[in-house]
Amino acid sequence: MYRYDQYDQAMVDARVAEFRDQVARRLAGKMNDDQFKPLRLKNGLYLQLHAYMLRIAIPYGTLNSAQMRTLAHIARRYDKGYGHFTTRQNIQFNWIKLAEAPDILADLARVEMHAIQTSGESIRNISADPYAGAAADEICDPRPWAELLRQATSFHPEFSYLPRKFKIAVIAADADRAALRWHDCALRIVTDAAGVQGFEVYAGGGMGRTPMIAYKIRDFLPVGEIFSYLQAILRVWNLHARRDNIHKQRMKILVHTLGEEAFRAEVEAAFDHILTLGSDFPAAEYDRIAAHFTPPPFAEGLDDAIDRSDPDFARWVDRQVVAHKMPGYAIVNISLKPIGGIPGDVSAEQMDAIGDIAERYSFDDIRATYAQNLVLPHVRKADLFAVWQALKAAKLADANRDQITDIIACPGLDYCSLANARSIPLAQKIAARFADPATGDDIGDLNIKISGCINACGHHHAGHIGILGVDRKGIENYQLLLGGSGAEDISAAKITGPGFDEDGVVDALERAVNAYRAQRTPGERFIDTYRRLGMDGFKEAIYG
Amino acid sequence: MAEILRLRDDAPPAAPVFALDAFLDEPGARAVRVEAGEDVTRLFPHLGRIDLVEIAFPRFRDGRGFSSARLLREAGYAGELRAAGDVLVDLIAFMRRCGFDAFAPDAPLDGEDVANALSRFPFSYQHASDAAVPIWKLRHG
Repeated sequence: MYRYDQYDQAMVDARVAEFRDQVARRLAGKMNDDQFKPLRLKNGLYLQLHAYMLRIAIPYGTLNSAQMRTLAHIARRYDKGYGHFTTRQNIQFNWIKLAEAPDILADLARVEMHAIQTSGESIRNISADPYAGAAADEICDPRPWAELLRQATSFHPEFSYLPRKFKIAVIAADADRAALRWHDCALRIVTDAAGVQGFEVYAGGGMGRTPMIAYKIRDFLPVGEIFSYLQAILRVWNLHARRDNIHKQRMKILVHTLGEEAFRAEVEAAFDHILTLGSDFPAAEYDRIAAHFTPPPFAEGLDDAIDRSDPDFARWVDRQVVAHKMPGYAIVNISLKPIGGIPGDVSAEQMDAIGDIAERYSFDDIRATYAQNLVLPHVRKADLFAVWQALKAAKLADANRDQITDIIACPGLDYCSLANARSIPLAQKIAARFADPATGDDIGDLNIKISGCINACGHHHAGHIGILGVDRKGIENYQLLLGGSGAEDISAAKITGPGFDEDGVVDALERAVNAYRAQRTPGERFIDTYRRLGMDGFKEAIYG
Repeated sequence: MAEILRLRDDAPPAAPVFALDAFLDEPGARAVRVEAGEDVTRLFPHLGRIDLVEIAFPRFRDGRGFSSARLLREAGYAGELRAAGDVLVDLIAFMRRCGFDAFAPDAPLDGEDVANALSRFPFSYQHASDAAVPIWKLRHG
């Protein structure tokens, strides 16, 4: 993985000193809360319902065991003993004191971590394929480009007071494990007929109250020009976006208003100009970064056999383990969705355990996924049983990946000051209702995604089944949506009809699932049946 | 308005400041104020006669002026580039990198805070409209 040099460390250390000074000036009354708010947000610090929340960047979802143990330390020392992995491959701590936030950032800087631009109207932490460097289907590791762009977009002087947040994702496979086109700017590395790598560039995606899927703005961009192209996109948006209504300032709205062709023409004109400025990083810098992502020292000639004699282990292997590009190795998915648990929550003890397991069995490499789970990317198949036992001892061996109980949920009204409704108790009720593993296996792949408000942190637009919590005359009400996807078959979910109360939406969801089970053809997933039958195939079952 | 903070050595421009449309109608004008949302590229044919461009920041969250400043510097404008309005100390370092060399804040800035802000970051990750050498260049000589 990438390691800081003296420059990276100096920048992060300067950021800690800057934020310490900003907090001191705020506490001394030298700036008001309105002025302080964007500064703390650029350091990941939100004011929630009960306390400050700190969102820490996990660049492109990659971290090592020392970093995981530092997160455990933060959970113990500054929080209530746990943390929450988010839908953008980051981690949040929910019980932070403002005065201690600079100390936390200093602790993070010691293990090459930070909270820079994890919130606010800035270029956010860049997300990527969590299987990068391990996936059998990737054409290259996308993370060197993500790291290059992390540096290029950190403290960018022109784009630190943007109209709204700006999210970037990078992948290098046909399979999409990063919700690619739900981002403001989505990059997919492809090769042309001559075998040369370039970027497919998508622009104008985003969830929130106006869900839009990014459109392809460029078929093929030479890799070395990506920073110029990105700056062109940002400059066009920064100059032309509305500034009078925060709900209309995301780039997707500008793309929609101008039209795809006119937006592309503006970007291409800006790009022609910016290319002349010499701001693109040279190939030598890409090579320096890429050298940090060379494959770990895999053993050659390992056996692919797995002893499946323990049925619980075999079931876990079937659900949680996927193909690795190296013979004899596997990618292990760690479920953070135990029945009755809070999606994405991990205790300090579990963080320590994961660090230990990764260090011993996965070349010290851990990944976070947008589905709020974790990944050990490089495990020997011969070690899978030992890994499973270690995970079981840490209560991390649930086998429900992509099943009905693998629910994405935002923190909701239990924590968030923006929320209209609770998300976590609803996720727990749904998981409890479908807790029987045999039921999960029978239903098959089904992504449920729950947001406690229109801002859509729980990705409800991208759920095979989405649930959106709203406030209806002071009472929590839940809308049910069907047909969304965050994968390569991306689509936006549609609302079924009138909303439900908390118990009512669980019943309605069960009726939708039963309608699928009654109408599916062999091999069809829920989303496939929905796409074949449309909403009409489910509406009567849901509303009777 | 508080006093103007200038990071230039030349004499402050004394010419009257015109609004953008008025400036374009007045061939003898040498100083212009650009409001947020106005298109600075309209000034490009006239850069040779301009001593001062003042770019308005009506609210500190409105970052359009950062791009306007860079467009002017990238077009070769070398006169005074002044950020005017809701200019807060935590914006100054970014403004400097975008080519601003004078600041007319609505509320006075603390001199020590300004000095800290301008010297805080020892390096820069990327090229901008200042003399800073990007880190990638330092790495590779």
